[in-house]
Amino acid sequence: MSSHVRTVRPNQMVALMERAAHIKKMLEQGEKKPYKDVIDVCWGDPHGAGMKPLTFVRQVLAACIYPQLLDGGNLPMDVKRRAQKLLRWCDGGSVGSYTNTGGILEIVENLAQFISQRDGVPAHPENIWIHPGSQTSLTSILTLLLSSEATPKRGVLVPVPGHSTVPLSVAALGGVAAPYFLDEERGWELRADELRRALASARGVCRPVALYVINPGNPTGHVQSRKSMEEVIRFVAENNLFLLADEVYQGSVYDANSEFVSYKKRLYELGPPLAHTLELASFHSASKGLLGECGLRGGYVELLNMDPVVMPYVERLFHLIPSPPVTGQIALELMVEPPQPGDPSYPLYMHETEHTRRTLVDNVKRVLQVLNRLPAISCQPVRGGAFAFPRLHLTTKAIRKAKDAGMQPDMFYCTKLLEDTGVFVSPGCEYGQKEGTYHIRFCIMTPTDTMEELLRRLSAFHLKFMKDLS
Amino acid sequence: MSQTDVTGAPRRGKVLTLDTMNPNIKQVEYAVRGAIVQRAVKIEKELREGAKKPFTEVIKANIGDAHAMGQKPITFLRQVLAMCAYPELLKDDAFPKDAKQRAQRILEACGGHSIGAYSASQGIECIRQDVSRFIEKRDGGIPSNPDNIFLSTGASDAIVTLLKLMVSGEGRTRTGVMISIPQYPLYSAAIADLGAVQVSYYLDEDKCWSLDVAELRRALRAAREHCHPRVLCIINPGNPTGQVQSRQCIEDVIRFAKEEGLFLMADEVYQDNVYAEGCKFHSFKKVLFEMGPEYSSTVELASFHSTSKCYMGECGFRGGYMEIVNMDPAVKAQLVKLVSVRLCPPVPGQALLDLVVNPPQPDEPSYSSFMKERTAVLDALAKKARMTEQIFNKVPGITCNPVQGAMYTFPRITLPPKAIDKAKEEGQVPDMFYCMRLLEEEGICLVPGSGFGQREGTFHFRMTILPPAEKLEIVLHKISAFHQRFTKEFS
Repeated sequence: MSSHVRTVRPNQMVALMERAAHIKKMLEQGEKKPYKDVIDVCWGDPHGAGMKPLTFVRQVLAACIYPQLLDGGNLPMDVKRRAQKLLRWCDGGSVGSYTNTGGILEIVENLAQFISQRDGVPAHPENIWIHPGSQTSLTSILTLLLSSEATPKRGVLVPVPGHSTVPLSVAALGGVAAPYFLDEERGWELRADELRRALASARGVCRPVALYVINPGNPTGHVQSRKSMEEVIRFVAENNLFLLADEVYQGSVYDANSEFVSYKKRLYELGPPLAHTLELASFHSASKGLLGECGLRGGYVELLNMDPVVMPYVERLFHLIPSPPVTGQIALELMVEPPQPGDPSYPLYMHETEHTRRTLVDNVKRVLQVLNRLPAISCQPVRGGAFAFPRLHLTTKAIRKAKDAGMQPDMFYCTKLLEDTGVFVSPGCEYGQKEGTYHIRFCIMTPTDTMEELLRRLSAFHLKFMKDLS
Repeated sequence: MSQTDVTGAPRRGKVLTLDTMNPNIKQVEYAVRGAIVQRAVKIEKELREGAKKPFTEVIKANIGDAHAMGQKPITFLRQVLAMCAYPELLKDDAFPKDAKQRAQRILEACGGHSIGAYSASQGIECIRQDVSRFIEKRDGGIPSNPDNIFLSTGASDAIVTLLKLMVSGEGRTRTGVMISIPQYPLYSAAIADLGAVQVSYYLDEDKCWSLDVAELRRALRAAREHCHPRVLCIINPGNPTGQVQSRQCIEDVIRFAKEEGLFLMADEVYQDNVYAEGCKFHSFKKVLFEMGPEYSSTVELASFHSTSKCYMGECGFRGGYMEIVNMDPAVKAQLVKLVSVRLCPPVPGQALLDLVVNPPQPDEPSYSSFMKERTAVLDALAKKARMTEQIFNKVPGITCNPVQGAMYTFPRITLPPKAIDKAKEEGQVPDMFYCMRLLEEEGICLVPGSGFGQREGTFHFRMTILPPAEKLEIVLHKISAFHQRFTKEFS
């Protein structure tokens, strides 16, 4: 079996996930527990956590899947027109056809327009590819950059804490995931001196070729400042690295004082020569933000400043992913072309999106309020993204108890939390954290009631846990 | 490696160049969407912009995309999926009860009752259970364990994932993957991408593309000189050849795999597409288990299926699965980890797969219309398969094996020496030269046989039998006429 796959860090979450599934089943079968349901906020999955899909999106999707609905009187005019337009873009007028490898041309053009409007910088459809989710795009780009036979091994600088599957991907491709630590005390700031330290350290074990940044951050919820982004760009340029910018949470910024700026835009603000030479891959998706359509698998990558000689090979590689699911492509299209003022669906669309925005802003406020009032738990401001990532200040006794149970301390906390309260969150050890620190991650994209109940159960549990192990 | 500019400041070279790029990518080719398709897309654009050509449309007979060629989706499937997408429709009386029940069951299995939620990486549990039951029913009761079912983004996703898992070693110990010539080029592309060694075994064109174990043995022995063959891939029914393997042949292959310690990958996505008299689909798993415990408890097998072909033709939904048999539990654990990286397969595709393995039953309201539509699709394909063989075999210089199954024909074409020379002059492989000319003159897009592999000195093309019968007939006659013109021009 592939030795690279074998070296991939074992997934400590599996047992916890299986336990959560088991408890859910037991409750469904009527078993009595001190709680009536499992609150599953383990993943960045808004629908899974109880948020509703946007009506417009689902109406258009249904009409595309079953065009007989276009004849009836039940769907708004703009839904019908939109579905008709989308079906014209599909071969044979069916969402069951293959599309071009990188996505339906018209949708890719609309993505380019969206990016251009967002950044004030032109975007070209030839540089954009739609894939079944942003992780698929990322894995493809990593496949290009890494090489299982290279000696020394090639490295990718990855944030700690960061997305748990990226180090897995890097290792499976024969690369080394070299960590750089975000500064918790400074709101999870990405510091240039840390990047320099990380790079020097990485050079001891590999040849670094790329820097992977997540902005807004997962799990950390920070939003990079313009200054920080400039430092990253200059660092990447000085050290001849490929910049991988995971920007899937760009639609989720809650702090009035924070602003999402794309790496592409920031790069252009710095002007030539950097703007015309720095190699950049930006990733986005329909899984997060207001749509939350994780299950439809719609994501894209925009490539910038690639060596033209390499591009034909990039395309060849992308051809190995036969064709992104049409439902995911439709989600992306509707994400960048929402209803406009005057459209019949506009009022409901505004109502639903405003409600979601308010809910999330309020959730984040509540989380900070509640957690920062509790002893032995603290949380940096959640300025954006899908998660809260509070720090647990565990006692020596608690840490020892965890070690006796053969678990990481935060995994131990999460396991007990699940058993005792039905709240399913994930431990910081899944995402990486500074040695001797412990965290939990939970999704904040939930209905208001769910968040209140979650915080109630979590608070009660936390107080008891800390008291018992003081 | 930086250089300095005139001011002495360092000038940044590219990080990703031909030299620094993963070298395996250079070998990656996927003919089905290669140069000829790109030319076809350009011609389509030119036609849209008003260019005058000897044809008004490009017929894309290169890719196995049924809906693109006008095949209608199955009503029942789309009804359920529409309700899954927009559950308000569950209140609509226009939808039959059995469709509503299935939609409700699928939604209940989804997080937050939405197809927009992530599912487990291996796929929604109740759907995996349904897939198991389907396999058991298909295979005469041989048990199937849902834990051994992995839902995937089309069969391609599962095939590539499994190959990723199995490629290891270096130099002489590098994994060899046995695959037929001709083959569906996803295999050769994935093998190249992973830096594995392709071990080709030839199907016998004179015997209707059948597989001969003696040829497997020959290929294996030769391969052992320079690599470590670990995997044997077989596509049944075949792509591009359409042959349906006999039961005896499948047994022989299984026996061979056991003797030689090979992991079997059985690509069975065309299992409903069997047309020829006397041909029947036998699943590898069924035959394996009927061979008794000596085989069924030892031979490692992965079988693949998909929602893209058969009577559904739902390529755009990306639904599929693989079933693994006798996989080492430690390796299986790694497989579970590997699939977690891409999070989960598209939920609409999973839902669609559920309907394919759990179709309307005789006592349900949608049964008769469902069966009518299904039968119509498969009957039409069978007719077109026969028509294709008949028409092509009338043309001197085109020899066409019976299309026993799948969706393609792979006729052998005789090219005059002068044409071969001209092709070489233009820097093109002869059958690519032929296909390009056909595209420019008739607007018909086929894939040259060189994209699938063929015996040295022989030439073929792959054409789908998917266009509607009337159109297909015209296409067949156009190609026949072109072939005769082409032969005359280069005589």
